[in-house]
Amino acid sequence: MTRGPILTAALLIGTAAAIPAEAKTDISWWHAMTGANAEVVTKIANDFNASQEDYEVVPVFKGTYPETLNAGIAAFRAKQAPDIMQVFDVGTGVMMAAEGAIKPVADVLDDAGMTFDKSQYLPGIVAYYSKPDGTMLSFPYNSSSPILYYNKDIFEKAGLDVNAPPKTWTEVWDMARKIKASGAAPCGYTSTWLTWIHLENFAAWNDVPYATNENGLAGSEAELEINAPIYVNHFQALADLAKDGTFKYGGRTSEAKQIFLAGECGIFTESSGGLGDIVKSGMNYGIGQLPYDSDAEGAPQNTIPGGASLWVFGGKSDETYKGVAAFFDYLSQTDVQEYLHQTSGYLPVTMAAYEATKESGFYEKNPGRETPILQMMGKEPTANSKGVRLVNLPQIRDIENEEFEKMLAGQQTAQQALDNAVERGNAAIQSALGQ
Amino acid sequence: MNRATFPHRLLPYLLVAPQLAISLVFFYWPAAQALRQSTQREDPFGLATQFVGLANFRAVLSDPAWLNALRVTVVFSAWTAFLSMAIALLLATQAEKLIRGKDVYRTLLIWPYAVATAIAGMLWLFLFNPSFGTLAWPLRQIGIRWDPLLNGTQAMGLVIAAAAWKQISYNFLFFVAGLQAIPKSLLEAAAIDGAGGARRFWTITFPLLAPTTFFLLVVNTVYALFDTFGIIHAVTGGGPGRATETLVYKVYNDGFVNLQLGSSAAQSVILMAIVIALTAIQFRYIERRVHYG
Amino acid sequence: MAEGMVGASRSGQWVAHFLLVIGVIVVAFPIYYVTIASTHPIQTILRPPLPLLPGDAGLANYAEAIGGGVGRIGGVGVGRLLWNTTLVAVSVAVGKIVISIASAYAIVFFRFPLRMVFFWLIFITLMLPVEVRILPTYKVMVDLRLIDTYAGLILPLIASATATLLFRQFFMTIPNELLEAARVDGAGPWRFFRDILLPLSATNIAALFVITFIYGWTQYLWPLLVTNSNSMNTIIIALRKMISFADADTPWNLVMVTCVFAILPPILVVVLMQRWFVKGLVETEK
Repeated sequence: MTRGPILTAALLIGTAAAIPAEAKTDISWWHAMTGANAEVVTKIANDFNASQEDYEVVPVFKGTYPETLNAGIAAFRAKQAPDIMQVFDVGTGVMMAAEGAIKPVADVLDDAGMTFDKSQYLPGIVAYYSKPDGTMLSFPYNSSSPILYYNKDIFEKAGLDVNAPPKTWTEVWDMARKIKASGAAPCGYTSTWLTWIHLENFAAWNDVPYATNENGLAGSEAELEINAPIYVNHFQALADLAKDGTFKYGGRTSEAKQIFLAGECGIFTESSGGLGDIVKSGMNYGIGQLPYDSDAEGAPQNTIPGGASLWVFGGKSDETYKGVAAFFDYLSQTDVQEYLHQTSGYLPVTMAAYEATKESGFYEKNPGRETPILQMMGKEPTANSKGVRLVNLPQIRDIENEEFEKMLAGQQTAQQALDNAVERGNAAIQSALGQ
Repeated sequence: MNRATFPHRLLPYLLVAPQLAISLVFFYWPAAQALRQSTQREDPFGLATQFVGLANFRAVLSDPAWLNALRVTVVFSAWTAFLSMAIALLLATQAEKLIRGKDVYRTLLIWPYAVATAIAGMLWLFLFNPSFGTLAWPLRQIGIRWDPLLNGTQAMGLVIAAAAWKQISYNFLFFVAGLQAIPKSLLEAAAIDGAGGARRFWTITFPLLAPTTFFLLVVNTVYALFDTFGIIHAVTGGGPGRATETLVYKVYNDGFVNLQLGSSAAQSVILMAIVIALTAIQFRYIERRVHYG
Repeated sequence: MAEGMVGASRSGQWVAHFLLVIGVIVVAFPIYYVTIASTHPIQTILRPPLPLLPGDAGLANYAEAIGGGVGRIGGVGVGRLLWNTTLVAVSVAVGKIVISIASAYAIVFFRFPLRMVFFWLIFITLMLPVEVRILPTYKVMVDLRLIDTYAGLILPLIASATATLLFRQFFMTIPNELLEAARVDGAGPWRFFRDILLPLSATNIAALFVITFIYGWTQYLWPLLVTNSNSMNTIIIALRKMISFADADTPWNLVMVTCVFAILPPILVVVLMQRWFVKGLVETEK
């Protein structure tokens, strides 16, 4: 028994897998999609490959978002970069800073003779992945937006109106207290991604600045402004609710979803992309818009996308770029976008796909699915709501999370937590800029 | 120790060559690259590189976060090595006492050894996640405010438990092996002299186990320092705050996630120096005191 | 067992059994738990806490996983994943043993310039885990064109300070008389190695095979980095690929089944080989 594998191993060592000669041009696509979303990636690539003769898109899973980004960077340094790489939203700043390493998607499409008509795309999403002058740098693949979910059974037990989800944060706090006090559930409210939902989207949705220089979009020299009173009040409310368990902290990323799924909390804020698991669990759930701060003028403004986009590396052959352009063209087709949107819970990238989905009656059958789109499209983005772009946003999020955790553990007040986050965050930005 | 040897000039070099070649290509050369990188400031893509001398080292050594990671590492490694070895030794001495059933227990106790750290982390997370963990519920029932997501001490306890859990099997097997090698006549003689169980253990068994214990100490320390990365990554991600961020996790996080290559490289160089020093000390002062047959 | 009955009083036996049963419960519970989870439908898994007894979805889950469910998500089926992982684990184990026994033999039975330098050079590699030197090592792999090959998966994992250390410890216990007698008989280094040392080391080799097989089987970060094609995935990576705490809806029932598949083969190796494994350790530690 053991002999076979050993012999084969000995034979295989030293003979690098031979690549069969093919007339097709291979386009490598490194991605970080798991579970059902990985199936979608495979299906899209297969369909594209079947749709034409010249190019073969080869999707490769490279780990989590940070792992994929790092694998791509390591490969670039070793001159082995993939053609297309999926980079998560917070990695956008990193990729933008690497001008010599990437080729803007707008250029890829132009060079291939395709006209890129911006008006066909959802404005909020395209703005996020464009340079200040409007050049689109990466192709939005999976975009999501934070929305509110609530457990209708718990609402009923707590004597709340099952068809009236909270609209403002004050209403969330009140309902959460009622849920806890009535014993309908051990906890009122929980949330995934405090940094993305309660800071970055909180800023955009309430139209308040997150950092100077248009949140870093107008220039990389940016200073955090997240210790303004509106943030302090918001987080102090959270910290107070955390004391008796009315608010329950689940973790830095999406872990809190399990708390909501377990029926432990009545109200929940999370990415629109998280809907799949909630549907599968069989819970009697409802969906509402992301709450806003009733003290903020002009709220609700618009939310900003999370998720990831596809970047194209520089220094590839013209043939490769033509293939990439053909693939992006295929991706923008209405039926492909419709499929992507309806299966994965991510937002459609083009207006046409949105309209088509609307006409098909999909949103009537799946009411919550339109909410994130409406949130993002509601108003023309302001200087505060186009997104946040810092050279080291992943690191800033780490710092913010650390301070929040100390605050929620009762070791410091919201004011202290946010002051510390600003001070440490600014130092980190300066150091990342090389000063 | 005077060891009889073969007189040969070339052969020994040929024998160490494969091991050495692989070590040089896949360990020393990359390590040299890390050393070079630790003196540079560089953007992630390697488009602009600047020599900065020892600035990265100065920055790391004066960084409170790094000093915190050092403290966390010491606490974590000491507890993990101690717990897994102590439990394993306890179980091994109990198994050694048994007249029958020894093999059954051994078979049941060695499972975790075969579990990948990445999976071990996942399993413990399923069990002890404060909201849906199956074992978190009874903890709360007996009045413990179980919340490792915010309570640093509990988070540390959880990763230590998971890390020690995985290593119990390995240590158990080595201790059983070590115990079996101890001449029973020695213990019987001591028993006839009237030495009680505890005394026999501390005066005969424990000293004679020294070679095993020493070997395990090295292996467990290295394990706690490096191989537990998967567990910390899966269970706490270094949090809450920075309560479970060990030196290796910080190297990974700063280099791999935050893309601060120079600082991360400097940290790995410091880490290598620490570990090399530790090993040298262990060999110099501990190996002399253990008995080889 | 003919040994004396030291510490084998009746109450002592009960205490020993009691402590060992607790030990077994602690040690085996997480593994029992995932096995139980793999027999429940996804709705039950998604709504913890999980029951502690098997559910009725076991057959359905396993049938789905084997019948293409895993392949749909991971790109390749369970069979291929298990084959890749086995190949890597076996090659790493064999490679490690061969080069470690050779270098330990040289270090213990020969006196030559730089001997201890070599020993230290090998020993220190114990301290340089992949996580710490990942970027430069990756560059080496690219330069050597080893990305996406089995050689790339295996070679860097073969260098082994632990195995060299173990063989060294064992060789040092070989009595001088044995070697002197062999030399009097006119045996050269090769004959001594083949006729005396190798048979004596058989159980050690078996023990090390288990240790290094497990090591190869459980690798995660390295295979993730050096493989690009799905068909080169190991089962640990495929498992990671299936799990998402983020946006996607994760097929938790299939995850649990894959988890069992990933844990079971190495457990079998350990359990089935434990006799030699333990014996090897005993002889090393004399």
